[in-house]
Amino acid sequence: MTETDNTVLNVKNLNVWYGDFHAVKGISLEYQRNTISAIIGPSGCGKSTYLRCLNRIHEETPGARAEGEILFQGENILSKMVDPVRVRRSIGMVFQKPNPFPGMSIYDNVVVGLKLQGIKKKNILMEHAEKCLQKAALWEEVKDKLNRPGMSLSGGQQQRLCIARSLAVSPPILLMDEPTSALDPIATAKIEELMSELKKEVTVIIVTHNMQQAARIADNTSFFVLGDLIEHGLSEEIFTNPKNKKTEDYISGKFG
Amino acid sequence: MREWHLKYRKLKNIVFHMALVFAACAVIIPLFMVIQYVMIKGFNSLNWDFFTQIPKPVGEVGGGMKHAIIGTFIIVGLAGSFAIPLGIICGAYLSEYGRGKIAALLRLSTDVLTGIPSIVIGIFAYLLVVVPLKQFSTLAGALALSIIILPVVIRSTEEILKLVPRHIREAGLALGLPRWKMIFFIVIKGSRSGLITGVILAISRAAGETAPLLFTSFGNMYYSTSLTNPIASLPVQIYTYAISPFDDWQRQAWAGALVLIILVLGLNLISRLIMNRQQLGFGRRK
Repeated sequence: MTETDNTVLNVKNLNVWYGDFHAVKGISLEYQRNTISAIIGPSGCGKSTYLRCLNRIHEETPGARAEGEILFQGENILSKMVDPVRVRRSIGMVFQKPNPFPGMSIYDNVVVGLKLQGIKKKNILMEHAEKCLQKAALWEEVKDKLNRPGMSLSGGQQQRLCIARSLAVSPPILLMDEPTSALDPIATAKIEELMSELKKEVTVIIVTHNMQQAARIADNTSFFVLGDLIEHGLSEEIFTNPKNKKTEDYISGKFG
Repeated sequence: MREWHLKYRKLKNIVFHMALVFAACAVIIPLFMVIQYVMIKGFNSLNWDFFTQIPKPVGEVGGGMKHAIIGTFIIVGLAGSFAIPLGIICGAYLSEYGRGKIAALLRLSTDVLTGIPSIVIGIFAYLLVVVPLKQFSTLAGALALSIIILPVVIRSTEEILKLVPRHIREAGLALGLPRWKMIFFIVIKGSRSGLITGVILAISRAAGETAPLLFTSFGNMYYSTSLTNPIASLPVQIYTYAISPFDDWQRQAWAGALVLIILVLGLNLISRLIMNRQQLGFGRRK
């Protein structure tokens, strides 16, 4: 297996502006199939902005503008010719705040993506719901109350519900924007645990505030400061033997 | 010195507190007096005939307002079926796209429409429907009421949908949903109880309107469900009876007023209940 065969997402010279503010500065990174890649860095370093470009959800922010190339299946998904709806079917996202859809049951939250894509058969939906909830390590806790509102779950359960919801449309890539920063340590541990299972099926790119989290779960880690990519490499390398002085200072807590 | 100061502060506190209580009473007392008065006056004239009979010929005692109660339901129902879908779509447009000139114009029109006296809306419906058809009609009344309902529904829809946090919309888009599906099946569907509340309040406001119906649906002493003929409605029937010289009609007007109040209050209570049930809202309850 050569590296290029395995590349699922190839970011080339990505620049992002909010109005005049240059938030992400010429970042190029490659992501390999079935890996977890973490992005770390101090607040305001552009890591969330960068992540949001990868499925073009940044277009929802008024004034945001991205330039560069993001190659996915041989196609530049940043191109105006590409429909963002198609991009997002392949590249899902889990957000910082658990956000089950209001007014929907647990079951509906999981299958809503499929339902709205036109899949109507109850048995297929149910089967899929169970599968996805199991992958999100939530099935055992909710199997008897699938008709309860998604909002009735605890924060950690809600976030796993959101993961199940994203998995239901079978995206090969899943973006996670600080998915555990609103959760307590026990809920966080559960999600970290399920992520290492997830990478058998999907490629995960995760932004995290928590360096230990990156060290625990990520195969690769990128370190951003003020929109620049400072260092990228295997997590073990970055956290044990950083090449850059800034990285060393950040992970040892001297700034950030 | 200290003690004096403390007493002075306590006094100020009491005075201010009393002022607040007084203001609250000033609001509540008239409301209760109205309801009480209508109850006393109306309750004695309220009987089974009132709901099942149409008016007796002038001079005969008895009869009821069945035709007007059903008429009100027909006019308001029809008005709602015009105004609610349109209002929700316009409100969704304002909340989801609401930038630019068209949105600004729509917002301005909605605000102006809210402020137009209802009798002017009646005249507008008269010119638009009654004059060309040369006939007072249910349709004309429904049009007038729908214009009253419309801005209320638009504005309440916009406000309710704006409460949906941005990240909920983004989560919908991140599932690969086209924007319109995200708006209809996630934002609007998720806010349905709030939307229903707004709609009920708008309808209960329209149900009590008299002025716009006077020369649109006009009123009718007979039972009619025709859309192109004059139709009775509770407010107009109350008005007609209240200014009549007959004691029995005046009594029935009080009964009609009581029924109308109960109807409108009932709708308001229902919307309150729905709202309370939905207090879970979008935040997490800890």
